[in-house]
Amino acid sequence: MYQKEELKSFAKNIRIEALKAFGGLGFGHVGGAMSAADILGVLYGGIMKIDPQNPDWEGRDYFVMSKGHAGPALYAALALRGYFPMDELKTINTNGTRLPSHCDRNNTPGIDMSTGSLGQGMSTAIGIAHGNKMLGKRNYTYLLLGDGESQEGQVWEGALYAPQHNLDHLIAFIDCNKQQLDGYTKDICDLGDLTQKFLDFGWYTMEVDGHDVEAIADAIESGKKQDEKPIMIILHTQKGKGCDFAEGILYNHHMTFTKEQCDNAIAKLS
Amino acid sequence: MSYKVCTGLETEKLAMRDVYAATMMDMASQNDKIVSLDCDLMNSVGMVKFAKEFPERTVNCGIMEANMIGVAAGMSAVGMIPYAHTFGCFATRRCLDQIFVSAAFAKANVRIIGSDPGVTAAFNGATHMPFEDIGSLRDIPGVTIIEPTDSVMLEDMIRQVEKKFGVFYIRLSRKNAIKIYEDGSTFEIGKSATIRTGRDVTIIASGICVAESVKAVEILDGQGIDAAILNMFTIKPIDREAIERAARETGAIVTAENHNIINGLGSAVAEVLAETYPVPMERIGVRDHFGEVGSMDYLLDKFGLSACSIAEKAAKAVQRKKSK
Repeated sequence: MYQKEELKSFAKNIRIEALKAFGGLGFGHVGGAMSAADILGVLYGGIMKIDPQNPDWEGRDYFVMSKGHAGPALYAALALRGYFPMDELKTINTNGTRLPSHCDRNNTPGIDMSTGSLGQGMSTAIGIAHGNKMLGKRNYTYLLLGDGESQEGQVWEGALYAPQHNLDHLIAFIDCNKQQLDGYTKDICDLGDLTQKFLDFGWYTMEVDGHDVEAIADAIESGKKQDEKPIMIILHTQKGKGCDFAEGILYNHHMTFTKEQCDNAIAKLS
Repeated sequence: MSYKVCTGLETEKLAMRDVYAATMMDMASQNDKIVSLDCDLMNSVGMVKFAKEFPERTVNCGIMEANMIGVAAGMSAVGMIPYAHTFGCFATRRCLDQIFVSAAFAKANVRIIGSDPGVTAAFNGATHMPFEDIGSLRDIPGVTIIEPTDSVMLEDMIRQVEKKFGVFYIRLSRKNAIKIYEDGSTFEIGKSATIRTGRDVTIIASGICVAESVKAVEILDGQGIDAAILNMFTIKPIDREAIERAARETGAIVTAENHNIINGLGSAVAEVLAETYPVPMERIGVRDHFGEVGSMDYLLDKFGLSACSIAEKAAKAVQRKKSK
């Protein structure tokens, strides 16, 4: 079982450790990493069945970070859980690192699928969930998509496929931070009502405040109680959340920043 | 590898697709990890019987090739052994990025069956006639590209890739092939298979162009040219040793493929020759054109893939060798 305060603390530490890691180089995909920190805090802080000492344990729950550019936030979660030393976070995006900007399952302990070309994690997560179902396993597959990412057609191919095959142990989220690289999603290619869309596609769909760890955890538990449909939880989030030089900024997808900005942001979070 | 080449050229009684389906059913009955995926072309590739026999391991994705490749990659991450089929044009063009990222870069374990290569698409025409599928995939690290020649080789390849790990693209003609190998023949992926030896020129061919090459040898024989044939059924990784040896032994090379001459078998052979033992070389292949509708015989002539064209190029290569 999870404790709300522990999840909140874990999510805060993900933000801090990710910023420390970004800080070494002074650039990175800050916006999407910050908006995803709370869902990662919930999953890796208590919900997921994992064994950091045995990352390839076949009985584990799987996680696919389809918005692969948010990898650094996931690396922070993995390091905090002991998949690799905390010190290694400093190597993000440095030459020869095991922690590249986008997730690579063959490089980083605890990464279940390689991602980075948007939309593809939808299908690979579905494949993991469907494969486990064929094998008679009851472990869960968690999937994190972006709202901008959902402009990819492949997301909607998967949205049709998962209900067709009753993948009830697939729990997907959309980090709906309303922004993409070039601006606001509504100005570039409006996603419309994502909740209604996934309902129409046949998913068990909910929407919650994506920065409320208790609400997220409750939604996951609610989804697990039904056994007919894949689960989609729309997370209403803010891009750059919690990082004062990124939050509320238009171009915060990939940013450069000074050491002082980074130190100040970390101090405020702490 | 242990194979015997048939004497004469006879059309096989069974269509390649029927042999594919029967082989898949036999393997699936012994290995519960095998899963068949398709994009609404199961009937076209003869897999409806498989679906009835193994419904729990059959996934008709619907018409969504990109999703199918990702699903196959994900399934392989939990230990399933996916065979994902659609027409070769769609199996490559429509999901190249998924093959690159979700399958190859992720080091997934996926077999992609691309049917109707090149002119074998016949009456489906240009949109369905892949002359570029090999070229699309050759650039992706670690992808193995195989073009079985007849049903004996097809069955051997389908069985062999079950036991291997990686991303495999199998270029499958669904039609009745011309029988090249005696039953029970086996092959080694990455090694060419010699159809015949010869002194003057080596024809390196794949797919339906192997049978055309056998016919070309008869024409060349009438001209006093003794041609060897190598069946280069693995386009990647290519058999570098065999290519260099052929160049040294015969001094002239002709490639023959049912594909664009750009970035296919001929390009792969030329790369090896350039780096090892350059000799006069001619290439048979589609010369950077889109396909069109027509019968196989018409299209073979139209795109210069027939035995006559191969014989002409072989004679030209020999002439170039002599005038060096």
